[in-house]
Amino acid sequence: MFSKMRSLNYAMAINEALFQSMAADDTVFLIGQGLKSPWYVGQTCTGLIEAFGANRVIDTPVSENAVTGAAVGASISGMKAIVVHPRVDFMLYALDPVINEAANWCYMNGGHCSVPVVIWGIINRGGEQGAQHSQSLQSVFAHIPGLKVVMPATPYDAKGLMVSAIKDPNPVIFMDDRWLYGIEDHVPEDLYEVEIGKAVIRNSGTDITVVASSYVASEAQYAAIELKSEGFSVEVVDLRTIKPLDTACIFDSVIKTGKLLIVDGGWRSFGVSAEVAALVAENCIKYMKVPIKRLALPDIPAPASRDLEKGYYIHRDTIKNAVMEILGG
Amino acid sequence: MKYENSFLLSLYRTMVRIRYCEESFVEPILNGSIRCPVHLYTGEEAIAAGVSANLNVDDKVFGNHRSHGHFLAKGGSVLQLVAEVFCRETGCSRGRGGSMHLVDPSVGFLGAAPIVAGTISLALGVALGNKIKGNKSVAVTYFGDGATGEGVLYEAMNFASIRKLPLLFVCENNYYATHMPLRETRNRESIYEIAIPFGIEACREDGNDVLKVYERAKEAVSYCRDGKGPFFLEFETYRLRGHVGPDDNIQGEHKDIRPQQEVDTWLKKDPILRFRKHLLDSKKASKAELDSIDREIEAEVEEAHQHAHESQAPDMKELGKYVFQNAVA
Repeated sequence: MFSKMRSLNYAMAINEALFQSMAADDTVFLIGQGLKSPWYVGQTCTGLIEAFGANRVIDTPVSENAVTGAAVGASISGMKAIVVHPRVDFMLYALDPVINEAANWCYMNGGHCSVPVVIWGIINRGGEQGAQHSQSLQSVFAHIPGLKVVMPATPYDAKGLMVSAIKDPNPVIFMDDRWLYGIEDHVPEDLYEVEIGKAVIRNSGTDITVVASSYVASEAQYAAIELKSEGFSVEVVDLRTIKPLDTACIFDSVIKTGKLLIVDGGWRSFGVSAEVAALVAENCIKYMKVPIKRLALPDIPAPASRDLEKGYYIHRDTIKNAVMEILGG
Repeated sequence: MKYENSFLLSLYRTMVRIRYCEESFVEPILNGSIRCPVHLYTGEEAIAAGVSANLNVDDKVFGNHRSHGHFLAKGGSVLQLVAEVFCRETGCSRGRGGSMHLVDPSVGFLGAAPIVAGTISLALGVALGNKIKGNKSVAVTYFGDGATGEGVLYEAMNFASIRKLPLLFVCENNYYATHMPLRETRNRESIYEIAIPFGIEACREDGNDVLKVYERAKEAVSYCRDGKGPFFLEFETYRLRGHVGPDDNIQGEHKDIRPQQEVDTWLKKDPILRFRKHLLDSKKASKAELDSIDREIEAEVEEAHQHAHESQAPDMKELGKYVFQNAVA
């Protein structure tokens, strides 16, 4: 097999981004609670301690606030820290260093200090884990000036966006989803970047635009393929970066199709789907043939029961049904 | 200890520079030409002066809401401080930060923040970076007695201790967290003892005696520099102005918080008057010499006010500049 066609799963793509970034730059280090344990972080940190030592790959006590602040502080003073939170839910203890400090630091210091930190929050849900082991809080972070938020949907983007996040001179929230960790796809072996702020068209189509990110973008892609065989031409815009949003890519697509479904793995109210809808309404309303539709989690905490989970989360069938409803299929 | 006269005079000069700066803000605050919240360091000058005399430019300091003294003692410029308090473009944070967000990376003052205990973890990260890089530099975090109520302090002490990080915790205990007396916020008056269960060396010292501060800090900084781990210093002191602004106590008409007798007792312990008396009594300096330093500093501060007065406000066209590093304005 040719090396350029080499495949990796999503988790190992992140692992390779970390490995190659640390090998290329001595100032890069990884810190976080649980990174020694695949139970916490899947395969993403495999082999890193062995390669770079416990001085640069640091498993910590359960102290999200201080550890995240330490990552921010180290990054203010010449290091490039990646701090991992195996569940976004626990990262809420670290909102002060993320929002008050990292996000504001460059601005409130008149541009004299930058904070090249990566705050990596893993969405880990399903399996009856309930309300505090399930949350997708991208909208919370995307609301904050000074933060960038990326949510890769493919192994290729997971590696490229992690590399870009590490190289970016600003704080970047990197959010991934354990439901994607097993997906396998082509990942180049070299150290490459995926530009932050650029969406991608996953599936070209003319009947409707589906805007999504992370797991639901992956599911939208499967839905689009199934719908094609049923005669519908669905264009999937994978945002890849939640903030800054690639508005040009979204607008070009909806101007072409005149129909829009926005899918988000977070809650419906005041979230990513609302932001995209507002932007399209402000800028492209005259091109819209039907009202903008949104598909997101209901404003309800994540339930534990598997029976309730089935109706709560969004998968390819949910997306397919929502598209059919708009297209009148 | 025996000291060179030039060293003693440099300590005096630093303290007087802080005092003149602080007192120069009183009138502009009262007449409204300074609008941003200003937390004066008057009365606490010996701590910043004594600690910083042990630091070099590679040692990094983080402050808090009351950090004019920390900034100046670390080598920050009077011109830039005064301009920042007036929120001018020529300020150290280009008028984006104000009195509570001082910064000058070129002298090792990495920033300040009014979120109580907010910069403790940032200094922890700098110390962690020093450890990873294997250098001999020390990180310093200044915080008040109020910060002992914040969980992140305890997380940071634990993490600094287990990793033996070169972090100097400097608690400036001025007995009031805004309006709350220490006795209402803690069961035990002594603060330094909180570090001991974490295995951290700790002690308490008179924070209004600059030579005692210097000597304690010298021991602590050497300990950190030698790789032995963090050190916790508690300095007892008292602010001779209010929590914010020039009033005796908190703000406006809240004049009943601190008993007059208590204020009077501490006025007698004014660190500058004490050190001046020491220098004169021990014949280390003549009255004429000290008066000459006073006049020189007074002129320096006056010039800084003139400079701030002549400086431009930030340009509205640059409102969004500095949200991100390398961002287009």
